[in-house]
Amino acid sequence: MSTMLTVDDLRVSFPTRTGVIEAVRGVSFTLGRERLGIVGESGSGKSQTGRAIMGLTPAHAKISAKTLNFDGIDLLTAPPKVRRNLRGSRVAMILQDPKYSLNPVMSIGRQIVETLRTHENVSKREARDRAIAMLEAVQIRDAGRVFDLHPHEVSGGMGQRAMIAMMLIAGPELLVADEPTSALDVTVQLEVLGILDKLVAERGMGLIFISHDLRLVSSFCDRVIVMYAGKIVEELAASDLGNAKHPYTQGLLNCMPTLGTDRHPLPVLDRQPEWAL
Amino acid sequence: MTAIVSAENLTVAYDDFLALDAVSIDVAPGESFGLVGESGSGKSTLLRAVAGLSPVASGRIMLDGKPLDAKRRDKAFYRQVQMVFQDPYGSLHPRQTVDRLLQEPLAVHGIAGAEKRILRALDEVGLGSSFRFRYSHQLSGGQRQRIAIARALIIEPQIMLLDEPTSALDASVQAEVLNLLEQVRRDRKLTYIMVSHDLGVVTHMCERLAVMKGGKVVERLSSADLVAGRLKEDYTKNLMVASKGFVRAASMA
Repeated sequence: MSTMLTVDDLRVSFPTRTGVIEAVRGVSFTLGRERLGIVGESGSGKSQTGRAIMGLTPAHAKISAKTLNFDGIDLLTAPPKVRRNLRGSRVAMILQDPKYSLNPVMSIGRQIVETLRTHENVSKREARDRAIAMLEAVQIRDAGRVFDLHPHEVSGGMGQRAMIAMMLIAGPELLVADEPTSALDVTVQLEVLGILDKLVAERGMGLIFISHDLRLVSSFCDRVIVMYAGKIVEELAASDLGNAKHPYTQGLLNCMPTLGTDRHPLPVLDRQPEWAL
Repeated sequence: MTAIVSAENLTVAYDDFLALDAVSIDVAPGESFGLVGESGSGKSTLLRAVAGLSPVASGRIMLDGKPLDAKRRDKAFYRQVQMVFQDPYGSLHPRQTVDRLLQEPLAVHGIAGAEKRILRALDEVGLGSSFRFRYSHQLSGGQRQRIAIARALIIEPQIMLLDEPTSALDASVQAEVLNLLEQVRRDRKLTYIMVSHDLGVVTHMCERLAVMKGGKVVERLSSADLVAGRLKEDYTKNLMVASKGFVRAASMA
């Protein structure tokens, strides 16, 4: 398996009035054409890791790494123009909540066409046809009608599918999905995951799936990285989850109430200060 | 069974849209009752109707065997029934300290001894007195939800309406808040009506539950029935499958 993305010793910190907050503290991993899950609680640095790869870290943050390399391009030293060309066409990101991440005053179709025409030289006619085909690929029935709707006119599940369509239309090689289904209903969640899974498999993309739900991630990914306080505490194959060694990973696995287990009170994480070292 | 809260043929309409369509439930004193369903199924509307926050078109709500006025709720009602909302980021006043937030219900109901009660309420939800003069933006999501629970508990209600109290929280923090809710219920013999889309959470917290879809109750069952898979409706079975997580084989269809 060829390596597409290399991250070595990635650090992201935010200078604030009360001192420097280190959000990511030395994260290293490589990614080929596979599904990688990043799991952790809020504030563990999982989203900032994804954003650093996308180049969406806020301007005032300090970002450093020994290597941050995507397909031979050094992302840290690449000029903004190169990164702009990468974003959307070769690396793309699905955000958590379609309510906030779609443009409310543009029709869904126009937003998808905009992505496509930014990166490829296609006629309006062809762009429209391809956008509709993409909407059909994410299993939106009556794609021609949805093309002309605005984000507030569709449900959360459909909005998220439209966002997936928008992110996949330019045929990216790497997809970063930051909590893509957390804002959705349980029943819709599975549908959206199924679509995402199918498209990623068909197109042979690399996927980074960021979530706080360890069980969900492990059922979806090949490999899982568990983050705590900006660092990787454990990396394991998804099938190997039962053998997790780190108490934090075990805690994350055990704290969910599940059907058929009668545990009162639920086990909670007993956070040890040495985990954060 | 003498119900402490019951709804009879409750209908809530927004113009032509029926958010609740002749729904009836009975909740016994000391019971924990769950409402599950997808978004738009009316589960939150039902809870809000009980709290007096939804426009009731027809039907009635009984509290302790006495019918409630459809539009107005008096102070005595809110002394008895309190609600905890889903989003801890939206339900606390951003410009008020925790102390001020907890004083408000006491002032509204004219309850004396604020000092002692606030300290006890903070202690009860597992936050020390050091949190008393913080603002909500200085707290994490789990801590905010604890404050929201403390604010509901401080006037010693008998009934708590919980609208997805943990769905905005991380899995690990969710466990802590669920444990807290169970403990205060045991200590104070409270009645819970809890809305959630997570079957795991509902079966953990509640003895009985109603499954809702399209403004109607499609199935009523006990948590034991759910766990054992004794389901009648296809819709409940779907929810059950969904709660077990993503399975690759199923997605290839």
